[in-house]
Amino acid sequence: MKNKALLSIVIVILLFIAGCTLNSQSASSGKEGSNTIEILNVSYDPTREFYEEYNEVFARYWFDKTGQQVKVKQSHGGSGKQARSVMDGLRADVVTLALGYDIDEMTRLSLVPTNWQSQLEYNSAPYTSTIVFLVRSGNPKGIQDWDDLIKPDVSVITPNPKTSGGARWNFLAAWVYAMKSYDNDEMKAVDFVTKLYKNVPVLDSGARGSTTTFVERNIGDVFITWENEAFLAINELGADKFEIVVPSYSILAEPPVAVVDKYVQRRGTQEVAQAYLEYLYSEPGQQIIAQHYFRPRMQSVIEQYESKFPPMNLTTVQEAFGGWKAAQDKFFSDQGIFDRIYLPVR
Amino acid sequence: MAAKKKKSILPGFGIGMGFTLFYLGLIVLIPLASLFLKTATLSWSEIWGIFTDQRVIASYQLSFTTAFFAALVNAIFGFLVAWVLIRYNFPGKKLIDGIVDLPFALPTAVAGIALTAIYAPNGWMGSILTNFGIQVAFTPIGISIALIFIGLPFVVRTVQPVLQELEKEVEEASVMLGANRWRTFRSVILPEVFPAVLTGFALAFARGIGEYGSVVFISGNMPMKTEIAPLLIMTKLEQYDYAGATTIAVGMLIISFVLLLFINYLQWRSSRRMISV
Repeated sequence: MKNKALLSIVIVILLFIAGCTLNSQSASSGKEGSNTIEILNVSYDPTREFYEEYNEVFARYWFDKTGQQVKVKQSHGGSGKQARSVMDGLRADVVTLALGYDIDEMTRLSLVPTNWQSQLEYNSAPYTSTIVFLVRSGNPKGIQDWDDLIKPDVSVITPNPKTSGGARWNFLAAWVYAMKSYDNDEMKAVDFVTKLYKNVPVLDSGARGSTTTFVERNIGDVFITWENEAFLAINELGADKFEIVVPSYSILAEPPVAVVDKYVQRRGTQEVAQAYLEYLYSEPGQQIIAQHYFRPRMQSVIEQYESKFPPMNLTTVQEAFGGWKAAQDKFFSDQGIFDRIYLPVR
Repeated sequence: MAAKKKKSILPGFGIGMGFTLFYLGLIVLIPLASLFLKTATLSWSEIWGIFTDQRVIASYQLSFTTAFFAALVNAIFGFLVAWVLIRYNFPGKKLIDGIVDLPFALPTAVAGIALTAIYAPNGWMGSILTNFGIQVAFTPIGISIALIFIGLPFVVRTVQPVLQELEKEVEEASVMLGANRWRTFRSVILPEVFPAVLTGFALAFARGIGEYGSVVFISGNMPMKTEIAPLLIMTKLEQYDYAGATTIAVGMLIISFVLLLFINYLQWRSSRRMISV
């Protein structure tokens, strides 16, 4: 009697588990043969609107070329969180993230090949952006360059580089400027970023949180942000409220893209995934990129949008730090330079 | 009493117990064990290094003190809310009773954003308080408010049924025997409901320690000042330092477990004293 009841419970649980596995199998297979193919693009937050538009254009291109319908699903979130989901088993066909570091981490699980960055043009970064300042209308504190951000009466908004990929670009941009203006004196650069971050009253955990703090809560005099986000904020909230200030020196942000080899091989989506990323470099792809305020790579498109994206003095992470891994270790890992800013002086 | 072999009056103890252990194992113990396993990939000195890191200590202090304070406030005011809901009749009582549960249903991030909007220096509560020189958002006070918000239902819902069961006759007897109102409350009502209040306190406290979603928005996340332990765990995850993250989590679990055991002990003592009286 007792055993029977126990047995039936075990059977119910086994059936439940079996049902779940069957379900997930039928969901992931069965794409061959039919004339539609589905791929998943795992991306970070600020690219949502851009990829929505790009997916339609790409689907048309792919249909004309192969006669196959392609449906691109999108997933957005913080760049690091998205990378962890893929590493934990989210079957992404392509990843389009904010930092090379997040894709580098995937090579450890052989999800992408170690030479992923050389598989597409321009270090696998089809568009770029840079870090600029957003100030309140009329620029009441007269902010022109990075130097103004360390003045004691200036309050600066930027997210926490420990939790936000975008914020790491902000930090590195400040660092690049400091090294440039203090003749590569690292002590002075540390001093500079320390002063800058002492002016930050709130360290939001993500970039959109910081936007809210600056825009909705009215906190801070200047908001360090991506160029495309600054344009978005102005377009959505009115040009009469904010202005963009372009600093004399900044960093070239190169959000990378990669095909997730391990998953596309399993799903048989290699070809379309590869084409999806390559088409980003084409003329139509570059046009959409520019329309969504990312800086294009193609010379003809750059010239077309020159008024929107003024030429700037920009350094890449590769030039300044020798790659993301080195930058991450030096600045953002535990006991790195960023952590030292906040430790009490001993 | 001697007939131990005799079957219990209630059948199904064996299977009931078996199921309980199986279920707890599947849902609670196995996931928690994996936390410990992940932590065990580090050496002792690495683990010790993480525990004694200044920022980790500071975040523990902040998380535990704000959670304690919030649970304390909830214990007092949640008790009052439960009291009013049980003892008095008034129009809209059902509605208010329903509102109590809302913090449970709301995604915590939404709660956090809403509270920050209200208590930020330009929010309508925040702007009033700033006039008095009190800053709420982006300080430990703000964190406590978020934790009070999410912890409220715990105390109300554990105290309510006990108050409901309280018999009026006992109070009447106490008054007849010459006790004043305060004495009646202190010696008759309070001992009866105190274990329930403690349970509610413990639940709200435990919830507050681990709370992340509602706090990140209102805390400002300043290292050493308003950085809660769950946020530090998130920063470790962001560096793909899974073992480091679980180490901080295991530290929190151990401290919470000891504190909860202590609270349970207090509860056991107070309920025993009540019975022996």
